[in-house]
Amino acid sequence: MNKKSFSNTKNQIPLLEVKNLSLLFPQYKEGLKESYIQVIRDFELTIYPGEIVAVVGSSGSGKSLLADSILGILPDNAEIMGRLLFNGEHLSTKRQQQLRGKSISLIPQSVKALDPLMKTSKQVQSVIPDKKAKKRIQEEAFIKLGLPPETGDKYPHELSGGMARRVLIATAMVSESELIIADEPTPGLDELTWEETLTNIKQLSKSNRGIMFITHDIHAALKIADKIAVFYAGETLEIANKEDFSGKGERLRHPYTKALWLALPENNFKPLKGNHPESDEVLIGCVFEKRCPIATEFCKTNKPKSAKINNGITRCFYA
Amino acid sequence: MTELISKYLPLKRSEKYNRRKRALATSIIGALILLALVISGFFIGTDGLVVNFEAANNAPSLQHPFGTDWLGRDMFVRTVKGLTLSFWVGLLAAFISALIALLLSLLLVLNKTLDSLVTGLIDLFLALPHIVTLILISFMLGGGLKGVVIALALTHWPRLARLLRAEIMQIKNTEYITVSRNMGKSWYWIARHHILPHLIPQLIIGFILTFPHAILHEASITFLGFGLSSDKPAIGVILSEAMGYLSSGMWWLALFPGLMLLLMVAVFDSLGRNLRKVFDPFKGQKG
Amino acid sequence: MIKFILRKTGKLASLLIAISLLSFILVSNSPEDPVQSYIGAEISRISPEQRKNIEEYWGLNRSKPEQYLLWVKAVFQGNLGESLIYRKPVSEIILERFSASIVLMGISWLLSGVFGFLLGILAGMNEGSILDRFIKSYSFIMASTPAFWFGLLLLMVFAAWLNWFPVGLASPAGSLAGEVSLIDKLKHLVLPVATLSIGGVASIALHTREKIIEVLNSEFIRFAKAKGERGIKLFWRHGLRNISLPAISLHFASFGELFGGAVLTEQVFSYPGLGQAIVKAGLGGDVPLLLGITLFSVVFIFVGNFMADLLYVVIDPRMKIKQTHD
Repeated sequence: MNKKSFSNTKNQIPLLEVKNLSLLFPQYKEGLKESYIQVIRDFELTIYPGEIVAVVGSSGSGKSLLADSILGILPDNAEIMGRLLFNGEHLSTKRQQQLRGKSISLIPQSVKALDPLMKTSKQVQSVIPDKKAKKRIQEEAFIKLGLPPETGDKYPHELSGGMARRVLIATAMVSESELIIADEPTPGLDELTWEETLTNIKQLSKSNRGIMFITHDIHAALKIADKIAVFYAGETLEIANKEDFSGKGERLRHPYTKALWLALPENNFKPLKGNHPESDEVLIGCVFEKRCPIATEFCKTNKPKSAKINNGITRCFYA
Repeated sequence: MTELISKYLPLKRSEKYNRRKRALATSIIGALILLALVISGFFIGTDGLVVNFEAANNAPSLQHPFGTDWLGRDMFVRTVKGLTLSFWVGLLAAFISALIALLLSLLLVLNKTLDSLVTGLIDLFLALPHIVTLILISFMLGGGLKGVVIALALTHWPRLARLLRAEIMQIKNTEYITVSRNMGKSWYWIARHHILPHLIPQLIIGFILTFPHAILHEASITFLGFGLSSDKPAIGVILSEAMGYLSSGMWWLALFPGLMLLLMVAVFDSLGRNLRKVFDPFKGQKG
Repeated sequence: MIKFILRKTGKLASLLIAISLLSFILVSNSPEDPVQSYIGAEISRISPEQRKNIEEYWGLNRSKPEQYLLWVKAVFQGNLGESLIYRKPVSEIILERFSASIVLMGISWLLSGVFGFLLGILAGMNEGSILDRFIKSYSFIMASTPAFWFGLLLLMVFAAWLNWFPVGLASPAGSLAGEVSLIDKLKHLVLPVATLSIGGVASIALHTREKIIEVLNSEFIRFAKAKGERGIKLFWRHGLRNISLPAISLHFASFGELFGGAVLTEQVFSYPGLGQAIVKAGLGGDVPLLLGITLFSVVFIFVGNFMADLLYVVIDPRMKIKQTHD
């Protein structure tokens, strides 16, 4: 913890600190030989209370598994390495078990996350520790989110996409959690619901909660996040402040982030060539080398370490 | 399915795929061994079936691996002959069944009325217990080899037909069919060029899976007395005879023939299932 | 709801009409001579005139469609005809036989359901483990096992060899109905029930296993875990509810296999149930009984399927909505 964060933030203990997190899955066993596939590699991230940190990455980059690693709900065969600190203390498996649903909560992606055979009110109430007040707390949250009172008696299939999203947010709202992980809460929404969902998430951070906002939607990230971590092929390529995304992206450090920024419709629409590497591809050098406009021979064989560069972090030799 | 599965599956898929391929190889080898046994059933002479009271009621030995019955007939020879018979009866019945299923499901392409007729027929057949239908049909045909084959063929098509219908329904709604249709191709042409090729894998796998069912049902109705006549060397006949010797302590009369039948059914069933999993991974998820 | 029942009843009626016609065509084209079945070995002793009288009495001299209509009319009036071999009204035999069969089928159905469900859960919760593979292999082998052979083995081992159970019949031979004790009855039931249920476990176990793996990988289980639920509570709240409905429903829909299995099992154990009766009717050329039991089996399977659908309509909230919407 003596390694001070780059953030411009207050001198307080970070809510969540992820250091060198790697996630592996055994791929197949042939006799005694076993090979692994690495889904997350040396991932790092720091979230302070009241802060929204977006983790932006294309689909298939292992973002949801990141949420699962922090919550401690990975499949059994996953192997996790690195350090997780919550409020400055080591987040062990046991502590994860105690904290999830209480201090750490999840806003999942879609209505599919609700048990189809259970009324919504019951599913929201299950995270409220105060058994006597749970009905009242849940109803208040529903009202706050603009859900009609009878929503509680409905089953998930009776909810519209927007309502389901609000029910999911209500679950995080009624819990007493300090950290909320929003795992892709926006895809498939119309503009109005999209906006509303983001506002609700922003609202959650007002009560000094830290929010990890996992998304592939860079617009959504820019709209509410304070910091943006760019996730690519299991690695954090850059952690930038929101203000860095401006102009032609001069203040962005990594070529991938620049490319992402320039690919947005309002900035020329310049698409990035190539594809995201397959999950079982073994990359010795920089993960972005194949698509990088400024890559050299050196990038093919050497992996850049993350470095602090003007109030952000990046992983590039030429930043 | 859910995003979660698609998220984890890529990690596990190759392992599963390898295992499936291995399972398929195992069942193919099993099927080949059985096939060899069945074919050898043709060439085994009838020497072992001659009545020989001196060798009667022998427990399994090197000379008679499955023992002998009360007439001194070699049970191994009887069992192999029985399997051979079951195999051909099952094969023929499953083949005709698959043919019926294919023809009836293709009616869907032609017109709606015919199709709803077929659906009704499927419902009708599924409304009766299999055994009852078999009894009724062989009752009408008076049993015997021909009766059994017809009864089996007439009772095993509905499930396959249902599967093929669903498949055709899916293909029919695809774009290239519409395009062909707009180009003025006849349904016959479309069926031959676009639908049939897609159905072939389903049909073959369905046929292989129908086959063990047919064998099992043949043995069942023969056992009940509606199937093959008692002078035929059928497994059902052997087992129903063995019922009379239950208290005699001649355990080998029932054990080995049934075990071999079980083996044959299990091998072809697993062959079909593994084929389906390897060639049709999505539908293979179920069952 | 009323609409649902009406629709189902309509379906049953049309099924019965179609099946009755179909089975009548099948049966009436049989080479079996019903008069001979009735008279038995003494067929040569009756004069052509007597024979004619009998045929006339049964309406055999009329055309086939006429015979069918006569039969259907009688059936509508609740008269299924008279059995040729038992010389009793068919409806009486069915009732008597079914009450024996339902004990056998009911217990087996319950046992195979409970054990199949439990095995399926055990396997699915431990997917890929040795236990899972064992349960899976067991189920696949059982699905390939001829039920009657399995029954024979049980008889051989437990009745003939170990002498624990009687060889057959629902009650000891030669004893009066009143004297049969409950224990005796139970003893006669054990092996048939074992035969019928051990095989029946397979399909329900495999189905439950698939379903639970699907549920365990679902988003809502992930979310429930993220909410801090775990262990038994998680399984109880979210797992069990979601797998038990399809499993119970499937089990109701398997009445056809149950009936088929009972036919074979009853034959092996000489259990005096409906299955044994239909075999006797078929072998003895007893057309009225054969047709009667056929129709009865249609109703039996239909009730199973009806229960399966009804469960969904009553319990699953998703189906309720669909119902009110259409």
